[in-house]
Amino acid sequence: MAIKVEHELHKRRLGRNVGLGLVLVGFVALVFGLTVAKVERGDFSANPPRAEGGE
Amino acid sequence: MTDTSISNPATAGTGDAEFGDYFALLKPRVMSLVVFTALVGLLAAPVNVHPVIGFASILFIALGGGASGALNMWWDADIDRIMERTRNRPIPAGRITEGEALAFGAFLAALSVVMLGLAANLVAAAILAFTIFFYVVVYTMWLKRWTPQNIVIGGAAGAFPPMIGWAVATGGISVESVLMFSLIFMWTPPHFWALALFMKSDYHEARVPMLTVTHGRRATRLHILVYTLLLAPVALGTGFTAIGGPVYLAVSLLLNALFLKGAFDIWRRDETRAEADSYRAEKRLFGLSLVYLFGHFGAILVESTLAQFGAQFGIGGW
Repeated sequence: MAIKVEHELHKRRLGRNVGLGLVLVGFVALVFGLTVAKVERGDFSANPPRAEGGE
Repeated sequence: MTDTSISNPATAGTGDAEFGDYFALLKPRVMSLVVFTALVGLLAAPVNVHPVIGFASILFIALGGGASGALNMWWDADIDRIMERTRNRPIPAGRITEGEALAFGAFLAALSVVMLGLAANLVAAAILAFTIFFYVVVYTMWLKRWTPQNIVIGGAAGAFPPMIGWAVATGGISVESVLMFSLIFMWTPPHFWALALFMKSDYHEARVPMLTVTHGRRATRLHILVYTLLLAPVALGTGFTAIGGPVYLAVSLLLNALFLKGAFDIWRRDETRAEADSYRAEKRLFGLSLVYLFGHFGAILVESTLAQFGAQFGIGGW
């Protein structure tokens, strides 16, 4: 029986790793977007304005 | 809302999951209801939310709902193996172990609550944490296998998302958000019991005390009618609050008339007639229940959009 370089198992693992990688990149982008939005809204200023919603 | 597995049966039993198997643990179909109702709660609130904060909040609410789903699958793996509808879920199919599902669910639950607290506010995060606790501990671990009223009380877990969405925008709870909660809460029993009427053997074999198993099918038919009668005033009453309006009321009148007729038809039928046409009326009511819920929340969304963009023309709301 010929030895397969890439087994079906490897494809599945690659899919899982790529999927997790994309999720992590998305999470970083989301946290960055949130930070920008909150800074723009003045959440981190010394006297934050009574913002729309939130705390 | 019900859920079926979407992952690949070809990899069953290999113990090496695909990315899609982890996604299936989050019960994506149930998550779609969570996302939709939470979004409506957020948009119907009288406070505008920054789009990025709103998007992130909905995502974390969905993640919390998904985490509850994963923890539910971890605890219920034994009965999922018995029921045909759930046999191909990642744990009973052997693609993910119970321990992995527990760790995955617990991590996502903690992450979603912390992130919602940071993105929105502590009230929204606290309601999300309570929702996860209620679904996993009160419903899954306690009520589901103990009482035929399991889905009546457990249905509250699925009713919280619009309240969380509302809390993201306003930072609190109000009559409107409680009414949106009540709408889903009262809708859940007829929705699930209609399903139980034509999925009888599954619950029976898994020894889940569904009303059909403990009190019989005649009693279940009566319960569906009674809960549908109780649901109608809640749904119509919502139309007279700040989130309602003429559009909502028209949609609600139509959907409640159809839902009541469906429930009445089911109540009049006996098992012989139901079996003769393969539970057509019961399946129709189950399908209608989905339209009913999405219709009501869709109408709330329409009213809030009209109120925002149609104010200058005097349309939207009362």
